[in-house]
Amino acid sequence: MSIVTIQLGQCGNQIGHEVFNAICGDVHGTHGLCSKKENESYHDACKERFFREEESEVPVARAVLVDMEPKVISQTLSTAASYSVHGPKHKEVIMDLVQREAEKCDRLGGFFTIMSMAGGTGSGLGAFVTQCLRDAFPSSFILNHVIWPYGTGEVIVQNYNSVLTLSHLYQSSDALLVHENDVIHKICAQLMNIKQISFRDVNQVIAHQLGSVFQPTYTAEGGLHYSRNPLGDLMEMLVPHPEFKMLGLRNIPQMPENFLAYSTFSWPGLIKHLRQMLIANAKMEEGIDWQVRPPCLGSSIPSSHSTNKPLHFNTSVANLVILRGKDTHSVDLGSFRDPSLYTSWLNPQDAFNAWKTPRSFNKYEKSAALVSNSQFLLKPLDSVVGKAWNMFASKAYIHQYTKFGIQEEDFLDSFTALEQVISSYSNL
Amino acid sequence: MGRSTAGGRWGEGGRAVGKPRPPQRRPPPPPPRPLRRRGFRAPSSKEKAAAACPAMTQSVVVQVGQCGNQVGCRFWDLALREHAAVNKALLIDMEEGVVNEILQGPLRDVFDSKQLITDVSGSGNNWAVGHKLYGCQYRENIVEKLRKTAEHCDCLQCFFIIHSMGGGTGSGLGTFVLNLLEDEFPEVYRFVTSVYPSGEDDVITSPYNSVLAMKELNEHADCVLPIENESLFEIVNKIHQMVNSGKLGSTVKQNSMITSSTGSAKTAQEKPFDAMNNIVANLLLNLTSSARFEGSLNMDLNEISMNLVPFPRLHYLVSSLTPLYTLADVNVPSRRLDQMFSDAFSRDHQLIQADPKHNLYLACALLVRGNVQLSDLRRNIERLKPSLHFVSWNQEGWKTGLCSVPPVGHSHSLLALANNTCVKPTFIELKDRFMKLYKKKAHLHHYLHIDGMEQSCFSEAISSLSDLIEEYNELDATKGGPRTDPSRLKIAV
Repeated sequence: MSIVTIQLGQCGNQIGHEVFNAICGDVHGTHGLCSKKENESYHDACKERFFREEESEVPVARAVLVDMEPKVISQTLSTAASYSVHGPKHKEVIMDLVQREAEKCDRLGGFFTIMSMAGGTGSGLGAFVTQCLRDAFPSSFILNHVIWPYGTGEVIVQNYNSVLTLSHLYQSSDALLVHENDVIHKICAQLMNIKQISFRDVNQVIAHQLGSVFQPTYTAEGGLHYSRNPLGDLMEMLVPHPEFKMLGLRNIPQMPENFLAYSTFSWPGLIKHLRQMLIANAKMEEGIDWQVRPPCLGSSIPSSHSTNKPLHFNTSVANLVILRGKDTHSVDLGSFRDPSLYTSWLNPQDAFNAWKTPRSFNKYEKSAALVSNSQFLLKPLDSVVGKAWNMFASKAYIHQYTKFGIQEEDFLDSFTALEQVISSYSNL
Repeated sequence: MGRSTAGGRWGEGGRAVGKPRPPQRRPPPPPPRPLRRRGFRAPSSKEKAAAACPAMTQSVVVQVGQCGNQVGCRFWDLALREHAAVNKALLIDMEEGVVNEILQGPLRDVFDSKQLITDVSGSGNNWAVGHKLYGCQYRENIVEKLRKTAEHCDCLQCFFIIHSMGGGTGSGLGTFVLNLLEDEFPEVYRFVTSVYPSGEDDVITSPYNSVLAMKELNEHADCVLPIENESLFEIVNKIHQMVNSGKLGSTVKQNSMITSSTGSAKTAQEKPFDAMNNIVANLLLNLTSSARFEGSLNMDLNEISMNLVPFPRLHYLVSSLTPLYTLADVNVPSRRLDQMFSDAFSRDHQLIQADPKHNLYLACALLVRGNVQLSDLRRNIERLKPSLHFVSWNQEGWKTGLCSVPPVGHSHSLLALANNTCVKPTFIELKDRFMKLYKKKAHLHHYLHIDGMEQSCFSEAISSLSDLIEEYNELDATKGGPRTDPSRLKIAV
């Protein structure tokens, strides 16, 4: 099954470009440290998932690039065949392109949209396009990859845009996979040792993390074929309830390429770190708070205000761990199945899943990714809503939105929807 | 297409609802060809190749009056140096001298007669003559020429008006054109660069003209960039001193000074205002750079308006440009880069007599050009934030842009636009000067005898200015006060 990627706005298109670069780089540029047969299966699965062939036999990304000005897209034309540049009135044109890409898939596995929350095109048009996708493809999977802007200043009205976008996406999307610029920036600074960080560096880290999730894997133990329905599988495993759609992503290890040759990793070490990153809500593998421990189960009635729940402990709805590389078959993931990590209303067996492949990813001999539906994003969400509310209370910038048909009631609806999400995640 | 990017405006990307057109005051001209007309079709391979040289969104420059045309002239001169842009300009003046000079000078091939509107006797430093008399007379002609110019744009995003406030044509006819633009092209942004008169202005009636023009700017402009000659003059002097001081044994690169014209400063016969006008021209160049060149974080004009104008009438942006010049030694240590950021906030780099650091910010935009990375930009914002006061509901009120291509002669540059209460003193002084004349009814008769002018024009204008000052006062009153965040919505569990 194939995924159609829709890149929206400057951010979406810049990241999309890096994602396809990363995927291609992984498939063609590395040996995979596995058998030739394995490598070929991986290659084929990847190709089916993300590419189609034109007459020239050159693989073309199954991507639709959307922006309201030509500059960014024209720099990335090499990776995709279809693009559109136009204003909001051309819904038919965008959907027409999407329809054509969808039809070129033997089997449509769903849609993956990439956008930022802060600006205008990615966020506003992105939410609009997602709604259109939902209307046109009511039973397809839609995963929105959303970039949270830096806390300080990219766009002044970013919190309004974020509130409006998130509340609308929540209605039509199946899940939101979130990357925060502040977090990725820290990874670039502290783990990747980059001195002068550019957006390109940030986008490449994001692309690496996305690749580590969406490159082919086996989803069942002893599976013979690479999974053909990654989006469907992801939704099934991670989004058991429509109120809980916010997914965070962590991966380990992350380091500059020239360090890789000097580093060795053990699976127990990697898994231990990844688990603690989950529990302590650490953004990366450095600076993890090892003091945080899961609560003791059975000692008193678990409730949202239970004093048993230690502060800063990150409760999960569901988790997915993806292992790539050497000896993945022997990795012990028992620590992730610990019921105390999860909210009480799901069977722990259902709450945790693992995907694996012996083929290594992007030159990392061993690597693990965690996609988590947990309280990872609770604080950032609360912060964004708080700032937006603060600004809304003084009515600043509202006239800029009412000019285009977004009324105060629309804002209030969005605030209400998100306070509901915050409340739900807080009470896990 | 009207505007290109969604400009950070969520609704435009999500649901577009057209602004209702105001009722026509005169019989409408024949319906114009719609500006946003392009649908989409799949690109041919030729177009894909052409797309490697991306089309840019376009602006139209309307230069009105002597000041407007002289500044505009400097702008086109420098713009052509940045790239061979197809220029879209309309030059308007009610006396022939300045426009004729332009047409005989080195830019004579840049403009053609279809882009000019001139008359003979000028406006006599009288706003009413410019606005009411000439406005009425030339309306059809102006509309027609604007339409022609706009039709050549694939994607018209913005009109720039350049004018002075103190005279007759720039002030009166300039603001008339502003009104016209709102009527005829309601969805295209209107950016106005206004040169405000100084205290020692030799035009006695400049306070009248300025206040009458202010009302129009309050009501019809999207953004105003006020400029004061005193500030330009001080900057010119500062550069002059630096060039002549031989300080540190380094030399200033001739073409890098924001006061210099194209070509060597020695060969061109520079007129007295040229250096000052070049500063304003550079302001406009930097403002439009993101629309013209690539960058990792684009900041188009509509985004500037969207992010910097929290309330419709508070759209006055104080601008500063750094560096003023580059030294010949090319390697720039990051300390010098940080200095560039610090300078942007210092009193002596602002283009009006104002001190943003000691007043209240509503919002601030930084547009960086050249070899500056995201991390440099962020580091400097963090560094400077503690010394700046932002209004309580916009503590992180920063809008940033990164454009890869620097101005000629520089490796990097910075344009800062501040929506800050430090404009207030300029407006208060203007009001005071106005009242001095108005109380004595001095020179009023020159205005009142023009058809369409009444006493109420004056009283409404001063009232509009007073209201504006009051809005700034209310904001200033919140500065430094205790911060109580409004309570959040409560959800029943």
